[in-house]
Amino acid sequence: MPNDLSASAPLHRTTEPRVLVRVSDMGKQYRQNSPMVFENVSFDIHQGDFVCLIGHSGCGKSSILNILAGLEQPTTGGVIIDGREVTRPGLDRGVVFQGHALLPWMTALQNVAFAVRAREPAASRHAVREKAEHYLAMVGLAKAMHKKPFELSGGMRQRVGIARAFSTQPRLLLMDEPFGALDALTRGLIQEELLRICTETRQTVFMITHDVDEAILLADRVLLMSNGPSAKLAEDVANPLPRSRTRERMHHESGFYEFRNHLVDFLVRRSALVQSDPNL
Amino acid sequence: MPVQERRLSLFLSLAVLCCGLLLWQYATHPTVSHSPYGIPEGNAEYQRLMGRDAATAHASGFPTPAEFVRSAMDELRAPLRDNGPGDRGIGWQLGASLLRVAVGYGLAVLVAVPLGFAFGLHPVLQRAFNPFVQILRPISPLAWMPVALYTIRNAEGCGIFVIFICSLWPILLNTSFGVTTIRREWLNVARTLEVRWPQRLGLVLLPAAAPAIVTGMRIGLGVAWLAIVAAEMLVGSSGIGYFVWNQWNNLSLSNVILAILLIGATGMLLDSVLALVQRSVRYAE
Repeated sequence: MPNDLSASAPLHRTTEPRVLVRVSDMGKQYRQNSPMVFENVSFDIHQGDFVCLIGHSGCGKSSILNILAGLEQPTTGGVIIDGREVTRPGLDRGVVFQGHALLPWMTALQNVAFAVRAREPAASRHAVREKAEHYLAMVGLAKAMHKKPFELSGGMRQRVGIARAFSTQPRLLLMDEPFGALDALTRGLIQEELLRICTETRQTVFMITHDVDEAILLADRVLLMSNGPSAKLAEDVANPLPRSRTRERMHHESGFYEFRNHLVDFLVRRSALVQSDPNL
Repeated sequence: MPVQERRLSLFLSLAVLCCGLLLWQYATHPTVSHSPYGIPEGNAEYQRLMGRDAATAHASGFPTPAEFVRSAMDELRAPLRDNGPGDRGIGWQLGASLLRVAVGYGLAVLVAVPLGFAFGLHPVLQRAFNPFVQILRPISPLAWMPVALYTIRNAEGCGIFVIFICSLWPILLNTSFGVTTIRREWLNVARTLEVRWPQRLGLVLLPAAAPAIVTGMRIGLGVAWLAIVAAEMLVGSSGIGYFVWNQWNNLSLSNVILAILLIGATGMLLDSVLALVQRSVRYAE
């Protein structure tokens, strides 16, 4: 695929929006004397962008997300969000965890209300409940909100996790392979819901995924990581498909297969080559 | 379990009870000596000479079930009587033991749970205190008795101390285990939401560790109830343990048996209360 694809700006925008997140020269090493997991990772996320990060296991994807969340510290470099350096977790960033991470002793509603309360400690009980109900309804769980996580299916649990993350109205939403554990049918449904909600709320999202089709559907930009150790950010590709794409129709869009092949080729072949030939 | 199996279990339980009672009856049934010289069995003088006097042999012997029931009813007629240290009802004694356990065990919970949290949250503390805990934990609570008697110089305090020291360890260890094994994700949720410490403690850490804490509390209460009887036998002024020893000295085996059964029943009751608590804090992942 020609390089101009990665250089072109997303099609749905006319003016360049401001930079929300700036990651510069970030690297992570877990133990001294052990090789860097990844290094020299730099990228920007613009306001309203949906950015997906793809790479093989062990390239440090989750570490990058955790550093953005403030749950881990980078060994080198750093992250600036909205002009401030990230040093610890904060309410300006919402996280959808890989394993949903709902508190099992609370109902779905209580889980979301817990987040709403954290955001608005002074709000009335009624207001908190109403807001939590609103976000659960947004992910289609109005009927199941009094159930505890173990009573919910995997897809419903992840929906609660998404509702919880949205309910704090974060500047940046971080998602760590949120649909990895779901069956294909459920995954497709939730992906579409997520796309709808993100478009409605103009949410800025940084998401990690293994799934190329998921990235094509959701992402405005796809970041490709080479294999670890010493993984690098190899490519930064803009999605050429229009943002009106849907799961059913997107393979009819022109440029779909070209884009998909480009991503798959990277994962299958180039992700390993980058390591041996830095000039590639 | 299907109804049929449940019925079978009930039937077996009753059968075991009946067998036990029959065995008891058989073992304690008054016997008469058969004379090889044709002296009739009803001859009271012969029986007395053979040490089988029905009137006296039983007063000091093991009671039959019927005798036990009669004397138990007698004792239970005024369980709360208090006619001075020598004559107090079994209920009064049981209450004294329960009060002692409540104080000692309550103190143990108040000390062990916060300490367990501190250990669970700070591995450095955990490692620093672990050797002491491991050495102190296997010590029988009664081994503390001389030290307690010498330093506390108060029978009541000694009993409470013994309860405290024996129920402390299981609660402490289970709490710190429960806190260290809290899923990292849940802590991360609280961190990303910038939840303040009091809420983090009350809404995340405590409910997450509660099943382990209550398990420790259940074990601790069981140990406390085991220890109190022995402690009261030694300290000896009141309590169900004192009652047992006192009745043994009176050679009133009926009362000893009654006390034993009451100790068992009370222990079961205490345990089932905590089992209820345990059920209420349990969560499925």
